[in-house]
Amino acid sequence: MSASAANPPVQNTAEVTALLEVRTVNKRFGSTDVLKNVSLNIASGEFLTLLGESGSGKTTLLRLIAGFEQPSSGEIWMGGERLDRLPSYKRPVNTVFQNYALFPHLNARDNVAYGLRVKGTSASEITSRVEQALSMVKMQGFAASRPSQLSGGQQQRIALARALVNRPQLLLLDEPLSALDANLRKQMQSELKALQREIGITFLFVTHDQEEAMALSDRIALLRDGALEQVATPREVYARPATAYTAQFIGQTNLLRGEIRGGIVTCGTLRWPLEEADGPVIFSLRPEAIRLSGDGKRQTSEVKFRGAVRQQLYGGSSELLEVDCGNGQALRVRIPARGPLTGEHDFVFSIADATPVQE
Amino acid sequence: MYSRAYKSLVSIPPLLWVGAFLLLPYGLMFAHSLWAVRDGVIVHQWNWENYKTLFSNPLYAEVLFRTMRIAASVTFCSLLLGYPLAYYLAFHASARKELLYQLVIVPLWVSYLVRGYAWKTILGSEGVLNGFLQYLHLTHEPVGFFLYSPFSVVLMLTHIYTPFVFLPIYAALEHIPRPLIEASQDLGAGSLQTFWRVILPLSMPGLLAGATFAFVLSLGDFLAPLLVGGPSGTMIANVVQSLFGAAFDWPLGAAISVGILVITISLLFLSEILEKRWAFK
Amino acid sequence: MGFQMRPRLTTRPAPVLAVYAAFVFAFIYLPIVVLILYSFNHDGVGGFPPRHLTLSWYAQLFADSSIWDSVLNSLVVAAASVALSLTLGLLAALALDRASFRGIALFRRLVLLPLILPGIITGLSLLMFAVFAGVHLSRVTVFLGHGTALISVATTELFAGLQKLDRAQEEASLDLGATPWQTFWRITLPNLRLSLIAAGLLIFTLSMDEIAVTFFLIGRDNTLPLEIWGRLRRGITPEINAISTLIFAVSVGLIVVWYHLRARSLGGQAREFIAQA
Repeated sequence: MSASAANPPVQNTAEVTALLEVRTVNKRFGSTDVLKNVSLNIASGEFLTLLGESGSGKTTLLRLIAGFEQPSSGEIWMGGERLDRLPSYKRPVNTVFQNYALFPHLNARDNVAYGLRVKGTSASEITSRVEQALSMVKMQGFAASRPSQLSGGQQQRIALARALVNRPQLLLLDEPLSALDANLRKQMQSELKALQREIGITFLFVTHDQEEAMALSDRIALLRDGALEQVATPREVYARPATAYTAQFIGQTNLLRGEIRGGIVTCGTLRWPLEEADGPVIFSLRPEAIRLSGDGKRQTSEVKFRGAVRQQLYGGSSELLEVDCGNGQALRVRIPARGPLTGEHDFVFSIADATPVQE
Repeated sequence: MYSRAYKSLVSIPPLLWVGAFLLLPYGLMFAHSLWAVRDGVIVHQWNWENYKTLFSNPLYAEVLFRTMRIAASVTFCSLLLGYPLAYYLAFHASARKELLYQLVIVPLWVSYLVRGYAWKTILGSEGVLNGFLQYLHLTHEPVGFFLYSPFSVVLMLTHIYTPFVFLPIYAALEHIPRPLIEASQDLGAGSLQTFWRVILPLSMPGLLAGATFAFVLSLGDFLAPLLVGGPSGTMIANVVQSLFGAAFDWPLGAAISVGILVITISLLFLSEILEKRWAFK
Repeated sequence: MGFQMRPRLTTRPAPVLAVYAAFVFAFIYLPIVVLILYSFNHDGVGGFPPRHLTLSWYAQLFADSSIWDSVLNSLVVAAASVALSLTLGLLAALALDRASFRGIALFRRLVLLPLILPGIITGLSLLMFAVFAGVHLSRVTVFLGHGTALISVATTELFAGLQKLDRAQEEASLDLGATPWQTFWRITLPNLRLSLIAAGLLIFTLSMDEIAVTFFLIGRDNTLPLEIWGRLRRGITPEINAISTLIFAVSVGLIVVWYHLRARSLGGQAREFIAQA
């Protein structure tokens, strides 16, 4: 197994200490293994996203950390103590739920104050901290409103304030933006990111939206069928995906399957030199890495091929082409917008952009 | 999410109560059915005599069959009244549906005694119905059979159980996705065919639930016969009641009760199996 | 299961069916209307048409102290039954909603059995239990009988209310640091408020009207239905019409309130609860 599944690559800051350690956790429901030997470290102050399809186990892992489920085997440690032995109400962890789970019989202020009240915090401290939390999410004017009177985005902010006011060591966010429409979502994404930077609390964010993960995270942990596929920074995951699955899940890509023989790679109609051992090989080639021959300066170590444009999808600033290279091989190419193209054209890409990936 | 302590805390008190006040009493009843009465005292001698009496003495079989006939008539009439009513409300009642629904539901929970008493005053030879008929000069003498006959018991119980039968049928009809009916019509089936091929089969579970309820409760009813049944309208539960009263033979009464219990539970099981079979998702 | 709003399939009138439906409605209501009418009839019950409308039967009713004694007995028993049934019913509903143990299906059936079992069975079995335990028949035995039988009603209503509860709210409460005990009092119960009131109203009404089980468990103090029943054995008087009319009016009021509370607490599922019993 590649290094990505066991220990995440070391951060830039070498001294960062792991706040949360998930150690070979398994979770089984009935006869299904929902999480298989998952180990993950979350560094203090980072924004880590658990990314995956539905059924990948990301929500289960979140719920294990929150305390709503128990691991079938394995341990979870936080700050030098066993976390999984504690019931959820004793963990220094708070959750923002997918559908917010605001208490309908309490107004916004009482919702936010809830965690402080149950611990017996003094009234004056409650007042000041709640005020602070509400202004942090820009909802000061809505303190007396009931959840039913608030819009989805407003409820989401109250849910966030309710969690943050308790100053948890770790904040869990379970797809908090999935119920919002596209524009509001983008706006909340940037607000969340800024908020996290500002207060410095560690965020563990769960989503199935890879664009969202890339935009927000310091690191992404990609889960597939209950196991970690890759754990790395967004840039790294995009530019150097470890596996074919990762390459296809994050952004779009062309998967080129072929063989190396005597220093030459052959993938369908494409060939180029590569000094590697003989054997089967898969490459991930991002559509934007391919350009029309004649655009831009000619570079060394490039691969040139000819293909017919079968489909062209206009995307505003760019076009996505489906190019037929012959013998049933088709590649997706993204070029800057330039008007309709027909017939055959020459395309080039850099050999370095063809990233080898595992199956 | 719930600790074992939590689950135990919520489960144990009702379990204990149900064990003490339901299971134990039923067990006692069964035990009584195996005892006997000597000289006006209940003797704890284990025997099957009571059950033998039940099976050998034709009197009990006669009352039981009459009771079943009455219960079946009640069920049939309640369905005859309740189903079309539910159908009308579900498919034709548009704006006033909510109000009409309440109008059906409300009497359901209003005193059994009040409604039974109302029939008693209506059906008697001095009663309102006879008065009405004489007023219209349709009859010149009181008609006797309205009251104190199996007919009056069936009438009263139908009145009581029609709303009971209405409820699950209405719920089932409301649950039928309208696109199914539209599809049936689109494929050329008229109203009657659509009803027979689509609506009726899909409403079967509700119909079954209502019918079971009406039958079982009619079977064990002893108040209606006392109010409006008279000697010819006696049902099996009255026999039990008198055995626990003036006739003082608790063991025999308990044996009959066990019989009623067995019949009831069997019917419930049967109904449940059929409901599952006929339920479509 | 949600009650979806669908466009009306047929608003075309179905005259035959409408007439039939009207007839069924008449069948359901006519006896009660007659009863109410004759409570104002000077010549008592029977004969047609009612003449000389009067309130004298009501006056006689209000002077009848033993009726009002029985009303008091009924109220006491009903109040106590509500308390017992709601408490045990809530626990049972919680158990059915959240616990899973071997035999839970049997437990569910047992709890719901008194709903479908003829009252005579429940009444007699409890009578035998009382004798076995050496307990004299009194209001206490009546209360125990009502309470036990009506747990089924409480459980059904509260279980429906629990199902509608968003589990995430309890998780959120735990997540924010509240213990399960605190969560129950601050979150679960307030969210069940409407269901609890609705269940309580229904249990109260059913207890006030209960005859079959009460019949076998009554001691010296009569409940209202049993008092009326005793008088019926001696003969019909219009006074009984009067009290029946009052019972009807109060019951209707309570049930209408119950219906609207339930509709509010459960949304569109209000109409389906009997089908689930």
